[in-house]
Amino acid sequence: MTHVGYLVAGWGIVLGTFGLYAWSLIRRGRALAARVPADRRRWMTTDATEA
Amino acid sequence: MRPSTSSRATRLLGAALTVGLVVLGLFAFVFTEADLVQLDAVRLLYVHVPVAILSYVGFSVCAFGSAMVLWKRSTWWDITAAAGAELGVLFAGLTLVTGAIWGRPIWNTWWEWGDVRLMTTLMMFLVYVGYLAYRRVVPAADVRARRSAIIGLVGVLNIPIVNRSVEWWESRTLHQKSTLGELKIEDLTLFTLMLGMVVFALVFAWLMIHRFRVGWLEHQAETVGLVAAMAERRAQRDAEIDEALAHPGVSSGSDR
Repeated sequence: MTHVGYLVAGWGIVLGTFGLYAWSLIRRGRALAARVPADRRRWMTTDATEA
Repeated sequence: MRPSTSSRATRLLGAALTVGLVVLGLFAFVFTEADLVQLDAVRLLYVHVPVAILSYVGFSVCAFGSAMVLWKRSTWWDITAAAGAELGVLFAGLTLVTGAIWGRPIWNTWWEWGDVRLMTTLMMFLVYVGYLAYRRVVPAADVRARRSAIIGLVGVLNIPIVNRSVEWWESRTLHQKSTLGELKIEDLTLFTLMLGMVVFALVFAWLMIHRFRVGWLEHQAETVGLVAAMAERRAQRDAEIDEALAHPGVSSGSDR
């Protein structure tokens, strides 16, 4: 296979960036969800809605 | 389970896109052949082309949401527009980076300042970076929503310019014309490119839903804080009135 370094960099940067961004969204979401009452968390899964 | 921006639907979507990424990896690196000219560098296009097209989708969502903000004065659409812009910037940034990585072995350069496709893409990216920066510096929600909506609408005019730049200024770009439009690629390569589109569209959808929900929670947290502050102030004022009624001769100072 040719251009291995370029392939690793290109795919790695894209997948890594998506992974980091997704992780940051989940973290921000968890921190914010704790500050907002359950009835204002539309669309979201909570203990109440799962039960 | 801790409250979060996840739901059953997003977990299913996450599972589907994870499987999709694995399958895409197999097609991109195992099942498809190297290109006769580009050799294995062609495998970068399975990620570069989808993220480029999805950056247009992000900016289009922002523009549509911006139009709805100006029309309906809706917080829901304002949050949607901001989420679309953020994802558009993310995908456009990755388009520029993967394009540079692909360009180095194929064009023998990371970047070409005179290239119209590269420069118009960079301009589109920077306009929406400005959009996001503007939203951070204006604290008043209604002013922020209205003014950023105008930036969002003006910025989307870049999309046709970026997309058509290789046709309009043919002699001023290294970038190839639309490969998909003329169907110059082989079946399995085309299939893998389409699979890449589908899989990265799932990634976009997952990120968009979560980004919207984070924006919604931010708005709710601000509202909850404001309501609590107003309730506290109201209780304080009521207490002062009661005090004034109980002792009519003593001023509490609250009438100023």
